[in-house]
Amino acid sequence: MSKSLFDKVWDSHVVRKIEGGPDVFFIDRHFIHEVTSPVAFLGLKNRGLSVLYPERTFATADHNTPTINQHLPVEDPLSANQLKALEDNSNEYGISHWGLGHKKNGIVHVVGPENGITFPGATIVCGDSHTSTHGAFGAIAFGIGTSEVEMVLSTQCIMQPKPKKMRINVNGQLGKGVTPKDVALYIISKLTTSGATGYFVEYAGDVFENMTMEGRMTVCNLSIEMGARGGMIAPDETTFEYLKDKPLSPKGEAWDKAVAHWKTLKTEEGATFDKELTFSASDIEPMITYGTNPGMGIGISNNIPNADAVEGGVATYKKSLDYMGYEENDSMLGKKIDYVFLGSCTNGRIEDFRAFASIVKGKQKADHVTAWLVPGSHEVEDKIKEEGILDIITEAGFVLRQPGCSACLAMNDDKVPAGKYAVSTSNRNFEGRQGPGSRTLLASPLVAAAAAVTGVVTDPRDLL
Amino acid sequence: MAYDKFNTLTSTAVPLPLENVDTDQIIPARFLKATERKGFGDNLFRDWRYNADDTPKENFVLNNPVYSGKILVGGKNFGSGSSREHAAWAVYDYGFRCVVSSFFADIFKNNCLNIGVLPVQVSAEFSEQIFDAIYKDANTEIEVNLPEQTITIKSTGAQESFDINSYKKDNMLNGFDDIDYLQNIKGDIETFANGLML
Repeated sequence: MSKSLFDKVWDSHVVRKIEGGPDVFFIDRHFIHEVTSPVAFLGLKNRGLSVLYPERTFATADHNTPTINQHLPVEDPLSANQLKALEDNSNEYGISHWGLGHKKNGIVHVVGPENGITFPGATIVCGDSHTSTHGAFGAIAFGIGTSEVEMVLSTQCIMQPKPKKMRINVNGQLGKGVTPKDVALYIISKLTTSGATGYFVEYAGDVFENMTMEGRMTVCNLSIEMGARGGMIAPDETTFEYLKDKPLSPKGEAWDKAVAHWKTLKTEEGATFDKELTFSASDIEPMITYGTNPGMGIGISNNIPNADAVEGGVATYKKSLDYMGYEENDSMLGKKIDYVFLGSCTNGRIEDFRAFASIVKGKQKADHVTAWLVPGSHEVEDKIKEEGILDIITEAGFVLRQPGCSACLAMNDDKVPAGKYAVSTSNRNFEGRQGPGSRTLLASPLVAAAAAVTGVVTDPRDLL
Repeated sequence: MAYDKFNTLTSTAVPLPLENVDTDQIIPARFLKATERKGFGDNLFRDWRYNADDTPKENFVLNNPVYSGKILVGGKNFGSGSSREHAAWAVYDYGFRCVVSSFFADIFKNNCLNIGVLPVQVSAEFSEQIFDAIYKDANTEIEVNLPEQTITIKSTGAQESFDINSYKKDNMLNGFDDIDYLQNIKGDIETFANGLML
């Protein structure tokens, strides 16, 4: 029977099948961070267990870390405590640890690929739902809970039933100002936040084939926001080119052998999917969300839908608009905004900063807007400087911060105040996500840049 | 993390008929800074439950003394968003042993099963019947029978069966978890790992 990419990777990692139960699923790469790992290590200690393969686990500090003055001790004692726990646990069990101040430190889903830890055909987990990012390389990557973090540490396996399969095809040419983020937000707006629950998604079609690795990572990153366990894209020359010579990528003969294997990781003709959807690239315009989940998005020139036109509960929909301070049928263009956040595991890569700079170059930041520009890693930060992007954004009145998750989930000091509006390139606009009472509009780096210079929601195509 | 065995639970229930309740609402990110698994129940639904000055919001169901019990009945797509297991811990720590919904987000459901909270997925119609029964009489008892895989509204006798993976069911009934199982097949795992290329 013809196999899909997902089948090939999944089936090759099943240690044992349990009748009527989940598969014992082997994990090649495990990422840990300071928030979801301490209790897992505590569990190990309580049970008297060790870490089975410490060389397969990689620790980085990101969720809690400040984005200024990283050379100083972390002020919040609880955050400092978690960072210390990650360091201590990593040292105790022999796990490589990229803590605050380490030159490789950054957001887990940015530094993994940058260093060649992520590779095609791998199985990758992390106690973070956006682990789906790594699917961009043709890996099966998904978020897990802390109990599962403990499982992976102690046995390198989790117990997981094989998800159903969905293929999402997008074909055609993307229009001016339409980015991978818009493609993802468009798909989520069509599927809703539960439309892919129970499925693992393969993205196919020329839009993804023509996308850079950064773009593919953005799309796969957001798979979780449609409920999918993860998303993946078949590896190709773009993938191999990205991984070649990365610090932990295979070298020499091992590289050739790996690439030869990776080239076999494609969905075969005739492979079947439980669900298949096809969209046209020409239908997608720059997107923006207006509500309190990532599925509540529209093309930037459209109006907020009427409650009657929305699938699901009207009460929940109205509660959401009420929280945002918006009305049905409102236009999003021209809405005043207070904050702009460029960063996160969704859009904190070099390409996102290039896009942002392409809009703000030669312009000035709107006076009333607070902008947090946060690179995903030190490597991204270095490139921003090397490529002259720092000069462009500085001249436009912006300040570059230091790497971390930052305002995406506001566990550090980067919190949007109650009632204020933020255009965010991150992944979630849930109530209070960027600080209690904050109101988040998800968008691409281009839309964020346009808002940052005009102070209102603006179509970036007018500024390109 | 071994937990109490689950068999049959008969309890009144707390209704929360909202859709797409995400784990950021169940436990906001600022409460994830602990390094131990305790006390999360105090902050369950923190921002829906309390005002900024920590006074309780009267109109939120957990602050309404009329509703109590070990069963939380949520709306469709319950537990979406972040994979934080803290959300399931908060639900458990508050005193719930079972969450009922017409549709669960994947990771939240898995997390619940791993820590001893039973997620019971019912049809949209049955979910409506439960809400109706609770709103009619807050003392309505719901019986969740894990061995039989049934959920019953005691006042009306309405019953529906629910699915659960047989392996997970055994775990819940016996109060043991995946690590217990995996520890016993370490030899197989090591043989498998030795055959891998990278």
